[in-house]
Amino acid sequence: MAGQVPPSRTLRDVAKIVVDVMLKPEIHDPQGEAIAGACHRLGFTEVVAVRQGKRFEVEIGEPGEAGPMTIRVAELAAELLANPIIEEFAIHGP
Amino acid sequence: MLSRTPLTLKVGIVTFPGSLDDADASRAVARAGGTPIPLWHGDRDLRGVDAVILPGGFSYGDYLRCGAIARFAPVMAELIPAANAGLPVLGICNGFQVLCEAHLLPGALTRNTGLHFVNRDVRIRIENNRTGWTSGYAPGEVITVVLKSGVGAYAADQQTLADLDTSGLVVARYADGSPNGSAGDIAGIAGAAGNVVGLMPHPEHAIDPLTGPGTGGLKFFSSILTPAAAA
Repeated sequence: MAGQVPPSRTLRDVAKIVVDVMLKPEIHDPQGEAIAGACHRLGFTEVVAVRQGKRFEVEIGEPGEAGPMTIRVAELAAELLANPIIEEFAIHGP
Repeated sequence: MLSRTPLTLKVGIVTFPGSLDDADASRAVARAGGTPIPLWHGDRDLRGVDAVILPGGFSYGDYLRCGAIARFAPVMAELIPAANAGLPVLGICNGFQVLCEAHLLPGALTRNTGLHFVNRDVRIRIENNRTGWTSGYAPGEVITVVLKSGVGAYAADQQTLADLDTSGLVVARYADGSPNGSAGDIAGIAGAAGNVVGLMPHPEHAIDPLTGPGTGGLKFFSSILTPAAAA
């Protein structure tokens, strides 16, 4: 609306929610295999396997009408941050 | 519509930030006798085209996942409903990735087995010539095209792979075995309705012996110009 200024955010309004995204166990992870190979070359011969994933730190404001923050971030993860066909995600709340 | 000749058929080629092969795709359309129409990722406008090509490249720098950001570009807000309504769409390489991310095609493209970026000529076998993009090929016809991708291994769950097989929706397979770990040696697939096709190797680079491995890719672009294909 014209002339209306949104209230300024303070740090207190913002929560950090972490989303971990990993390839599903059945999806081949050649990057993880390459890292495991490097581990062995470095002498970390006890390393059995490595899988590589992604970590997102989402800073999100006050919950709106759409729902609590963790639910909103779960929606975001399912739509954008992860591809549910090949990846799974886990959310770690504020 | 009835009087339409191949020369008037307009094929839109989308340019995203990071697209590389939009110019070659335009050249291939023109070589086949169509009229290439440039489409811009930021415009919610398909400019009245009869078909659309999503070209190869690294849209949005492959940030997040290949095609994951491009999928939400403004032009895709027009393209997705149009494709669901029957508009012929061909996604090549990064375009294939965009189509999977947009859920216009099942499955996903994953990192090549062995991590190598594969950049070489490959032979592919056309297994489905009932799509608008492949109707000019004989069933089983083998063509040589260019593969150049690092995230080209097609992956899907067992049920999806079985459904693709039983429905005949695998458009092309690598004729000499998968060079990238692609499930079932799949090089390209079609959606259930047949109008949307994704292909990992590049037929647009194989339309001219001067600049590519022969002309085997040209029929992807001439097939779509036949009246039945774009009707």
